[in-house]
Amino acid sequence: MISTGIQTAAYLLASILFILSLGGLSSQQSAKRGVIYGIVGMAIAILSTLLGKEVEGHIYIIVALAVASVIGITVARKVEMTSMPQLVAILHSFVGLAAVLVGFGSYLDPQTHELMGSERNIHLVEVYIGVFIGAVTFTGSIIAWGKLEGKIMSKALIYKGRHAVNILIMLVTIVLGVRFGMADGTNGLIDLSIMTVLAAFLGVMLVMAIGGADMPVVVSMLNSYSGWAAAAAGFMLSNDLLIVTGALVGSSGAILSIIMCEAMNRSFFSVIFGGFGNTSSSSSAKIEGEVTSISHLEMAELIQESQSVVIVPGYGMAVAKAQYPINELVEYLKGKGKTVHFGIHPVAGRLPGHMNVLLAEANVPYDIVLEMDEINPDLPETDVVMVIGANDIVNPAAIEDTGSPIYGMPVIEVWKAKKVIVMKRSMAAGYAGIENPLFYKDNADMLYGDAKESVVSILHHLNNK
Amino acid sequence: MTMIVGIPKELLPDELRVAATPTTVKRLLKQGFDVCIETNAGERSGFSDKSFQEAGARMVSSAKELYQLTDIVLKVQAPTSGEVDLIKGGTITLSYLWPAQNPELLKKLADRKINAIAMDAIPRISRAQKMDVLSSMANIAGYRAVIEAANHYGKFLNGQITAAGKVEPAKVLVIGAGVAGLAAIGAARSLGAIVRAFDTRKEVAEQISSMGAQFLTVEIEEDGATASGYSKVMSQAFIDAEMELFRKQAQEVDIIITTAQIPGREAPKLLFDYHVAAMKPGSVIVDLAASSGGNCTLTKPNEIYTTSNGVTVVGKVSQLPAQASQLYGNNLCHLLDDMGQAKNFKIDWNDDVVKRAMVTHNGVVNWPPEPLPVSSAKPKTDTATEMLAQKNLKEQKAKKKARSSAIGLVVVALLLLGLGQVAPSDFMGHFTVFVLAVFVGWQVIWNVTHALHTPLMSVTNAISGIIIIGGLLQMQVELSSPMTILAFVAVLVASINIVGGFLVTHRMLKMFRK
Repeated sequence: MISTGIQTAAYLLASILFILSLGGLSSQQSAKRGVIYGIVGMAIAILSTLLGKEVEGHIYIIVALAVASVIGITVARKVEMTSMPQLVAILHSFVGLAAVLVGFGSYLDPQTHELMGSERNIHLVEVYIGVFIGAVTFTGSIIAWGKLEGKIMSKALIYKGRHAVNILIMLVTIVLGVRFGMADGTNGLIDLSIMTVLAAFLGVMLVMAIGGADMPVVVSMLNSYSGWAAAAAGFMLSNDLLIVTGALVGSSGAILSIIMCEAMNRSFFSVIFGGFGNTSSSSSAKIEGEVTSISHLEMAELIQESQSVVIVPGYGMAVAKAQYPINELVEYLKGKGKTVHFGIHPVAGRLPGHMNVLLAEANVPYDIVLEMDEINPDLPETDVVMVIGANDIVNPAAIEDTGSPIYGMPVIEVWKAKKVIVMKRSMAAGYAGIENPLFYKDNADMLYGDAKESVVSILHHLNNK
Repeated sequence: MTMIVGIPKELLPDELRVAATPTTVKRLLKQGFDVCIETNAGERSGFSDKSFQEAGARMVSSAKELYQLTDIVLKVQAPTSGEVDLIKGGTITLSYLWPAQNPELLKKLADRKINAIAMDAIPRISRAQKMDVLSSMANIAGYRAVIEAANHYGKFLNGQITAAGKVEPAKVLVIGAGVAGLAAIGAARSLGAIVRAFDTRKEVAEQISSMGAQFLTVEIEEDGATASGYSKVMSQAFIDAEMELFRKQAQEVDIIITTAQIPGREAPKLLFDYHVAAMKPGSVIVDLAASSGGNCTLTKPNEIYTTSNGVTVVGKVSQLPAQASQLYGNNLCHLLDDMGQAKNFKIDWNDDVVKRAMVTHNGVVNWPPEPLPVSSAKPKTDTATEMLAQKNLKEQKAKKKARSSAIGLVVVALLLLGLGQVAPSDFMGHFTVFVLAVFVGWQVIWNVTHALHTPLMSVTNAISGIIIIGGLLQMQVELSSPMTILAFVAVLVASINIVGGFLVTHRMLKMFRK
């Protein structure tokens, strides 16, 4: 048994370690150390809690920990890097679920019934809010997982009057909250349960209404919610460690959402309240020119002749799992003394930083993987840009066509390079559902086919020279 | 029947170039043409008959035979009257023609029903840049002009500080900042000279300074830019000021390179005897406009000589024939490619490039063409005003932001005071911790590099598993208690988060390598 003072000190230490853990992610070199800090912090937090005098039922805890560890280790080992968005989404739902359960637990806890007056009111509010956020996070994340996994259609589900329905749910939630606050003892349980169901429904509808390309925003938003849920749990348990950690995670998710929204030049609310592709594309500029295509052999000759190559990957690369042959190609080109860089748009993929992880998985060194702002100034001097499975993030309409729905979104300005090769399965529009004038530019050629097969074929031609 | 492209030997003794190289022959074959070349056509530019044969061309021993065979003739210089007689009717020829100066030649070509494309009349629009021989050749000329100048100057171009003393860098003045002028600026800069450049078009000032030269200008508001992309003739007041500027510069600089040309006219006279007289002995003038009359009155075409006051005037510049042929040949290939290659070859009268460059067609002379507006100056002023507008907008936004954040702060302060009124001190303590933690998180997370956003999410997944503590604290001894069941599940899912989150983050970070 350890005293409350020591426990508080341990919690403080754990909080510091968590902050250092997140701080470590500012660079690749310090990131691994950051994870160690996080693990140590977590171990200290759990041990000091277990050793405290309030904890009972150790046997159940050990069973739960053992089962969870087996599941956690298996999942973490097996998961493919292309499925990281799904994993992240489902882990968010767990935090949401835990928050709901802890909220109910806290309500039922006999110790909290001794609270009187404003303290009791505040506690009830905390429980109510915590359960609400938890439930929204829980179901929302499950839907996000389903969409990313392809089990639920990724198109935005939008029906008339859904805003009215959502507002109605919010109003009912508030009314129930007032009734819940008035109830004595545990009589408010029914109100709390109804509210949980409503919140769960709200979570479903919120994510259902968001389309494919907006998924990075949704996932980071849910990341944020899971943090706020943890913080709310901290308030109801009067536990500062939970509050601090929840706040850290909450602001982390919020910042990611902001970064993603800025990268798409859309306000947070427009992402949450309306899907892409449903906005009528009232493009004012008519696209001129024609689409020209190129063969794998010509492509091989082209990159043979060029000195500098930039590769811009998108979700298509992840789908085709083309990152491995791409790395081979990069190795080959670097062996020939050519400069090769990757240009990563913040919203490429289905998760912030998704492309970086996939490229790292294929052993692409991270110092040649550049951000959009780093690569854009280099593009006019670049000989060839290979766009692999990306569309909207290289769309010149974002800069040139004021009528375009994506006007103003920062994009990778590939068309400024001497030559652009767009590797794509077909001429279909991207997730934003708009035409891409890039394909019609004089210095752009299309290379149709599956990204992976195309890269393999180019490599084949290069090696047979 | 496949179309046959023929490349004759150039007749002009000073012409070292040839209209195809082994590399462009390969390109032509790939476009589906058959290629015939007159023997010894590449001799003066350093390409042997053997190298052409290896590339897949058929060698033809005489020009006469060649002209009989071919459907498309690729040449550098305009065909002479004698050559035109050999070319069969209906043939398409690609070469320099200088249509404005050669009306008789056009008439003769038209009479012979030859469809002649003047490569020097390709319009200067962005789509046609890849076929613009004037640009590609001017680039070479600009570079070469600096090399010739350095050769005749006979001193260092770069400044040096040596044990034996200090050497001043040479000062170079480039007049006319078109393609040749910019290439000359680049070459002179890279040799270490101090470079100044003059052009009547204000819009090139930016290009000049981007190449590392100083833009010289006169104090008279007049812009020489025209719709054709070339400069126009300026007013008398402007010219006087310009001459005065050149006179001052002539006293200072060591090398003057002139590149001013106006299509279809004699080159403008920019340097007179008094300019040359003002220059220091040992100075050099390279006149790239020598072939069209020269920018300097003392220039003698195709001659290099030294004036009585010791200034070398260079009226001829070597062509770097191998590379010039390569670039010229590429320009021709691009044009043929645009005209549909061998398979779909056609003269498309709706094509802006063909419409303007094909100066004779089916016996009719098509010169001069209708003007084509391509000013790049107009959008520039637009962007300038737009930038100004954007700046204003930004300022307004910043002001608005400052105002709204001030209001926001007041509202927050009031809310906090209100909360402090009702909430117990215990809650306020936790609330303080919460708000501070949000601020710490805010600062820390902005520093996270974009590349690590996925690991960031998975690690926050892991640490948000801290909610396990809630479950741990609520665990009861009796299994039947609903609290125990709730707590058990909470602990279970939270620890999946912790274990899975940390492990997968670790796995990801291990993959990042330099």
